[in-house]
Amino acid sequence: MSHILSVLIFFPALAGILGFVVDKRSAKAYGIAVAALEFLISIWLWMAYDSSNPGMQFTEFMPIISQFGISYNLGIDGISLFILILSTMITLLGIISLDEKKINNMKNMVVSLLFLEMTMVGVFAALDAVVFYLFWELSLVPMLYIIGAWGGPTRVYAAIKFFLYTFAGSLIMLVGLLVIANLYHDISGTWSFNLMDWYHMGIREDLQFWLFLSLFAGFAIKVPMFPFHTWLPHAHGQAPTVGSVILAAVLLKMGTYGFVRFSLPLFPDASVSMIPFIMTLSLIMVVYTAMVAFAQKDMKQVVAYSSVSHMGIIMLGTFAMNAEGLAGSIFLMLSHGIVSGALFFLVGVIYDRTKTKYMSEFGGLASIMPVYATVFGVILMASVGLPLTIGFVGEFLVLLGFYKVSVIGTIIAGSTIIIGAVYMLVLFKKSFFGPVTNEKNRGLTDLNGRELATLLPLVAIVIWLGVYPKPVLGPIDNSVKNLLVTMEKKALTPKTKEAIIISQSAKEVE
Amino acid sequence: MLEPIKVSLESLNLITLAPMLIAIIGGLTILTIDLFKENLDKSLYVMLTILVILIDLGATLGLAVNERGFFDVMLIDGLAIVTQAIMLIASMLFVPLALTSKRFHEYSYPEFFALLLFMLAGLQFMVSSDNLILIFIGLETSSLSLYTLIALHNRHNSFEAAVKYFTMGALAAGFYAMGSAILYGVSGSLELYQIAEAVGSRIDDTGMLALIIGGAAFLLASFSFKLSLFPFHTWAPDVYEGASAPLAGYMSIVPKLAAFVVSMRIFEMLIDQGVVWVQTAVLVLAVVTMTAANLMALVQEDVKRMLAYSSISHAGFVMAAIAIATTKANTAVFLYYGLFLFTNLGAFAMLWVSRHKHQIHHARFDHPYEKFSGMINIMPMGAVVMALFMLSLAGVPPFSVFWGKVYIMSAAVDVNMVWLAIVMGINSAISAYYYLKLIVYMFLKEPSKQMKQETVYYNVSKPLMTILGLTVFVTVGSMFYVDPLIEYITEMVQISGF
Repeated sequence: MSHILSVLIFFPALAGILGFVVDKRSAKAYGIAVAALEFLISIWLWMAYDSSNPGMQFTEFMPIISQFGISYNLGIDGISLFILILSTMITLLGIISLDEKKINNMKNMVVSLLFLEMTMVGVFAALDAVVFYLFWELSLVPMLYIIGAWGGPTRVYAAIKFFLYTFAGSLIMLVGLLVIANLYHDISGTWSFNLMDWYHMGIREDLQFWLFLSLFAGFAIKVPMFPFHTWLPHAHGQAPTVGSVILAAVLLKMGTYGFVRFSLPLFPDASVSMIPFIMTLSLIMVVYTAMVAFAQKDMKQVVAYSSVSHMGIIMLGTFAMNAEGLAGSIFLMLSHGIVSGALFFLVGVIYDRTKTKYMSEFGGLASIMPVYATVFGVILMASVGLPLTIGFVGEFLVLLGFYKVSVIGTIIAGSTIIIGAVYMLVLFKKSFFGPVTNEKNRGLTDLNGRELATLLPLVAIVIWLGVYPKPVLGPIDNSVKNLLVTMEKKALTPKTKEAIIISQSAKEVE
Repeated sequence: MLEPIKVSLESLNLITLAPMLIAIIGGLTILTIDLFKENLDKSLYVMLTILVILIDLGATLGLAVNERGFFDVMLIDGLAIVTQAIMLIASMLFVPLALTSKRFHEYSYPEFFALLLFMLAGLQFMVSSDNLILIFIGLETSSLSLYTLIALHNRHNSFEAAVKYFTMGALAAGFYAMGSAILYGVSGSLELYQIAEAVGSRIDDTGMLALIIGGAAFLLASFSFKLSLFPFHTWAPDVYEGASAPLAGYMSIVPKLAAFVVSMRIFEMLIDQGVVWVQTAVLVLAVVTMTAANLMALVQEDVKRMLAYSSISHAGFVMAAIAIATTKANTAVFLYYGLFLFTNLGAFAMLWVSRHKHQIHHARFDHPYEKFSGMINIMPMGAVVMALFMLSLAGVPPFSVFWGKVYIMSAAVDVNMVWLAIVMGINSAISAYYYLKLIVYMFLKEPSKQMKQETVYYNVSKPLMTILGLTVFVTVGSMFYVDPLIEYITEMVQISGF
């Protein structure tokens, strides 16, 4: 099947359009069926993927605007493969988790989620800068609607803030992309927005710096890097559960993925010289948001801030410029997607039952909802990076990789993981242990079948990939090394060449 | 005694006049029909007008490129053909909007359609000439017809709009005459190519530069009125509000495109001759226009006024392309307007569909935002269609206006005006807010009490639905035809030497 990526992108969109015809009461079943098919196709993609080949696979190429070098150009490598599968999986679980009694207008929700799925898959499969930008911008629209239509009391404000922030950043990014295309035109005489062509182009060092900043504007807002993170707490605070899950699990990854796919290989020299800058911002982000998380009373905000804090560690790994750090950060993107997705699902479960997210309202939940407490416990351990869970592998590799860049930075980041453990455990203790403080909570029911169907696959993955990460880490490692080779080849200054370390593989540390 | 002037018919190359003559004869035919039989239905006139425009389009596309004719005042170059084609297509989309289910005053007169055709002829003259007098005649013919078309809407604010537009138009005409007079004084000719030669050879003479700049300034002011550039834009929102929605949409595209082509001919000629001041002035006007109009659009309470300010801002975008003055930038002007046409006309058509004879929603406005609140729950299709138009106007890919924006931004980057591209980007981000505001009202607010299918689809009819469907289709599917479109326009622009 040579057009499997096109199928993956447009199948959910087409199903979304047809979904308008499906009756309201059957909308959820329709959504699950479509998302499950999509997920199976993405698993097939994984099966067909050749792990020994680090380059782009399943490539498709069709000119859209040949005059201007824009083409419909798709392909995946080990870096994008798993994030793509993550997005199809999270969409499927998200649709399963929808409660037909609580979500009014289920059809619109399912259709929006399917459109969102198209844009997410499109972003991770695109190899043409304009096509990438196209899906990137388009992903804002369904999310705007999901937050704005099913969110909390100030949902419209949160939705607009989310949209405008990201939109403004990505327009600066668009200017950067146009400048790169112009440079390519100056060098080769033809227009091209093909990323693979861009990879072979040398860019002057001072230009690299400015271009890096312009793309930084787009990606950093999405990640969100400190100090551009202010839209996220609003978005998370107001979004419905499924919105928060997809936002944290997949949409934020677009930013870090953008750094890996665009910034590093296109501007190796600028990336290396920006390491101190990125490191400072990331460390502030890690430490500051961890502290903010500690001070929150609202359970969902704790999870939201801890999610931002972990994104900082992903950024550190991305800019470690060695195979361990980079592979670790990509693995951490996956584990962060699964863990923070699961955490938002879990917060959603308790919010559905009690209509509150304040930790002070809970206490002693473990005795009332034992299964819920167990699942929460497992995911929480993964979140703080307990060995043998998925969270450990990525964080360990990132810290190992970053150790070569900066010892102090690694120590700060590492100790913050401990702070992370503290606030997550405090959350767990306050809510689950001790006597039942709120009498109203006595009648709460434990997880039902729908919620178990959502959460158990995530728990299984948390443990499976924690114990045996090789099937995922192998292809990632291969492609990461390929990326580093490209970067070193392109690097102009000896300082950059020195900073990029290709040799050691992440396999040795398993 | 004077020798009688002998002119051979072949040297006149009368075929170059064919498109305009078709429009004029079409208009006269409509008037004649009215003379013989009264009270014919408007649908007859609508269809006749469309047919005339169709023949006109055929004649235009059939012309050979780079021909001169009629004592060499006519110039049929690539620009003239592309512009006429875009204007005629826009007119064909505009005319069927007369076929509403409710009866509106202006369409009951056949004169409306005759005037429309006369206006088209005027605009066609304006764009297919490089003679300042013929341009002036075309400009005035079209403007006078347009004032009447606005006033025919027969509401007190449409009279106000027509008079306002007329006054401003008269002032602009005065400026135009003064500007051309100065250029005539400099060069002794009214032909642009001769003016270019004279300017090129005499620019270093003492005092000459001041004279040229003076002439350019008058012309720039004149076209700023026509193009509603800041600070000459103040008439635009009131006029758009007073005119009927389709006419407002039409005004934001067709007459403006004609004015853009003429500015392209005049100002790029001056920029080419090394009058740097013109480039700076056009740039400043463009940047200020897109920013100021955007900021004013933010605070509007009426969707139509918002769209009016938004189209001013879009005009600012396109004006920047005139300052860039490369082939790519000139191509971008036509690409932008070719794509913007469908989206903007579609958006105004949506307003027209929901237009009532009386202002039932608001004491002052026909289309307050509140009117559209909660539309998704009652009419999902209508809300989705309107949202698509808004997203396209905001420049969200892959909808049509995005390609125009990206092409202009890229043209700016190519000539090392990265700052201009960034200003455009920031302006797009600002504009997203007011387009989103409408989407928020339609999708995220509770429906108001008056919100019923009948109230919003008050004015709907099959022809309106067809036009809406067509515009949506073109807006959404832009990705598939932008390539040949760019190729065709680039070729035409290049042939014309721009």
